[in-house]
Amino acid sequence: MTTKKQEFKMDSRQKEIENLKDYKYGFSTDIENIRAPKGLSEEVIKFISKIKKEPEWMLNFRLKAFERFKQLKEPNWQKPKYPKIDYQDLYYYSAPKSMKDKPKSLDELDPKLLETYKKLGIPLQEQARLNGIAVDAVFDSVSVATTFKEELTKQGIIFCSMSEAIQKHSELVKKYLGTVIPTTDHFFATLNSAVFTDGSFVYIPEGVKCPMELSTYFRINASETGQFERTLIIADKGSYVSYLEGCTAPMRDENQLHAANVELIALDDAEIKYSTVQNWYPGDKDGKGGIYNFVTKRGLCKGKNSKISWTQVETGSAITWKYPSCILKGDNSVGEFYSIAITNNHQKADTGTKMIHLGKNTKSKIISKGISAGQSDMMYRGLVDISSKADNSRNFTQCDSLLMGNKCGAHTIPYIKNKNLKSNIEHEATTSKISDEQLYYCNQRGLNQEEAVSLIVNGFCKEVLQQLPMEFAVEAQKLVGISLEGSVG
Amino acid sequence: MLSIENLKAKIDEKEILKGLNLNIKPGEVHAIMGPNGSGKSTLSNILSGKKGYEVNGNIKFEGENLLELETEERAHKGIFLAFQYPLEIPGVNTNTFLKTSINAIKKARGEKELDAIEFLKLIKQKSSELKFDQAILNRQLNVGFSGGEKKKNEILQMSILDPKLSILDETDSGLDIDALRIVSEGVNSLRNKNNSFLIITHYQRLLDYIKPDFVHLLKNGQIIKSGNFELAKELEKVGYENFN
Ligand SMILES: Nc1ncnc2c1ncn2[C@@H]1O[C@H](COP(=O)(O)OP(=O)(O)O)[C@@H](O)[C@H]1O
Ligand SMILES: [Mg+2]
Repeated sequence: MTTKKQEFKMDSRQKEIENLKDYKYGFSTDIENIRAPKGLSEEVIKFISKIKKEPEWMLNFRLKAFERFKQLKEPNWQKPKYPKIDYQDLYYYSAPKSMKDKPKSLDELDPKLLETYKKLGIPLQEQARLNGIAVDAVFDSVSVATTFKEELTKQGIIFCSMSEAIQKHSELVKKYLGTVIPTTDHFFATLNSAVFTDGSFVYIPEGVKCPMELSTYFRINASETGQFERTLIIADKGSYVSYLEGCTAPMRDENQLHAANVELIALDDAEIKYSTVQNWYPGDKDGKGGIYNFVTKRGLCKGKNSKISWTQVETGSAITWKYPSCILKGDNSVGEFYSIAITNNHQKADTGTKMIHLGKNTKSKIISKGISAGQSDMMYRGLVDISSKADNSRNFTQCDSLLMGNKCGAHTIPYIKNKNLKSNIEHEATTSKISDEQLYYCNQRGLNQEEAVSLIVNGFCKEVLQQLPMEFAVEAQKLVGISLEGSVG
Repeated sequence: MLSIENLKAKIDEKEILKGLNLNIKPGEVHAIMGPNGSGKSTLSNILSGKKGYEVNGNIKFEGENLLELETEERAHKGIFLAFQYPLEIPGVNTNTFLKTSINAIKKARGEKELDAIEFLKLIKQKSSELKFDQAILNRQLNVGFSGGEKKKNEILQMSILDPKLSILDETDSGLDIDALRIVSEGVNSLRNKNNSFLIITHYQRLLDYIKPDFVHLLKNGQIIKSGNFELAKELEKVGYENFN
């Protein structure tokens, strides 16, 4: 072809796209770590508990979970299969050495860590902080910094790392930890209860509307390390909080396990909005490497008129396996699940939600948008369970799948249990495909292939994107486009 | 502006165009008439860069080899096709589509992109010129549009994208008389000494309004007769069959 054409091709927009095509968070930070001895044992659990200076009840909580874990079998009913994980060949704790004596302020924080977060677009320093968003930054097994802490403290809001909460807000943690996801839960959740390392803790006092977005940024850096995040959010009576988590990891040939537990508790008239933008390393084009994202997220609408809303944009990970759920215990409580899941190349996802209606007049809404491209495979799996006591309850579910190309798969399994004649469940599902004709039409109007796909896909996902806090909606929109690049044409 | 030399096109081993020649100079309006299946849409698709055809021959657009350009590059350079069957894109708001389109083209041309206010102003003006109900533009692109609304939407896009060569593929088919007049006015208002048109139609009625400079008969993959407006009248009177 002519040089003219090549020049044309490499205009700035094109270059921008070229740069974005590669997973841009794939770098790793060369930093000295402290690790627990390899493998899973009572000693390792004691090591973790000790290094975190935990009270005895916490260690007992962990050991109880470990006892239980030893009796549990790894589940195998999910659609995406994976090679057997050797749980003795993992590190369960890894933290930058410089974090051993916890830095008192950001000035004392290892410059390498500051640099890492800057590169990830999450500046932690005072002057560069994101406007109106408080960030808790978790690096491998520890929280390295939390911003805007003082401002929040003034209103009685607690936003800190889980480790800090266990020491400083022991009564609250003790009262609520494990009440939504008990230590006797399933395999991965129980494993998490035994070995969890860090995550965020949020407490919003009665009647307080949290004045800014709270967000946690999870970063896996060390190799051969599992990340066992634990997050607990409590919204006391009449309070409100919007929380967002983001995640990235370096590109590595090995698969890394991320098994988090997230518990949300909303008391009377409280509302929690929890958003996730998950962009863990998805593996390369041939399916090598990537994160196993096996996460348990559960919210309890404990009080009357409470509301919990999950919004997730899942674009990363080799395998995503999670069902953020709501237990609607309080009368008139509301649960919502808005999801965009995108799989490309060899990625696999088995995701959805569970809405358990226990209280009267409880309402739930599920909007799921699954997009599969390349040779990937996508499963929506959901459960709506209305108990016999949940009079006048309602669920609306809409599951839409969009296929790109002929080699990918999309499946929908909605389990429905309605034990109450006065309640009602409505389910809609569609499957569609981006046609070459649609792309041609967009191209004819001046959009290149990437722009066309991005426009069509964002249109398909709009209902869910609208749920994200403004600041993140734009980012998520870009991410949606980027993660599908190379999937057509 | 456009010169097509000995254009041959195949799809799935089926020969559709069999040596077509056509020259369009700046400011000229050409009409192409011809029986169903003669290759009219194929010609417009090849000009605008649809993939999947095996193409031979030469096409020059403003001195450049058109066949080497990507579909969107042709759009950036000013080729516009009003589709015979405009596509529906569920979920995509029509206004969003129009804005993305015009800004993609402006960006490629090195012009300043429109912000939301400039865009709305332009849309308001153009849709009132075309008597196009602006409320429709808040709906999903072409989804649930009537046949006439779809065609008018194509003409609206043509008028905001300001193309050099506009190809209208049976835009008049299925339009009522009022819509037909509006479409013709849309074309006429864009008409100047630099802009050219290739208008595919079966009906003289549209040409009454538009008054083409040349009329061609496309049959069996070739232009077998060219003339002026009189040819259109003759074709409509005696039918395509009687020409060989
Ligand atoms: N994708 C295709 N595969 C096979 N044949 C095609 C395809 N597209 C068009 N054709 C055939 O090519 C011929 C010309 O089609 P078309 O250009 O649409 O005609 P016109 O627009 O003049 O009615 C027709 O016989 C049509 O059936
Ligand atoms: Mg046709």
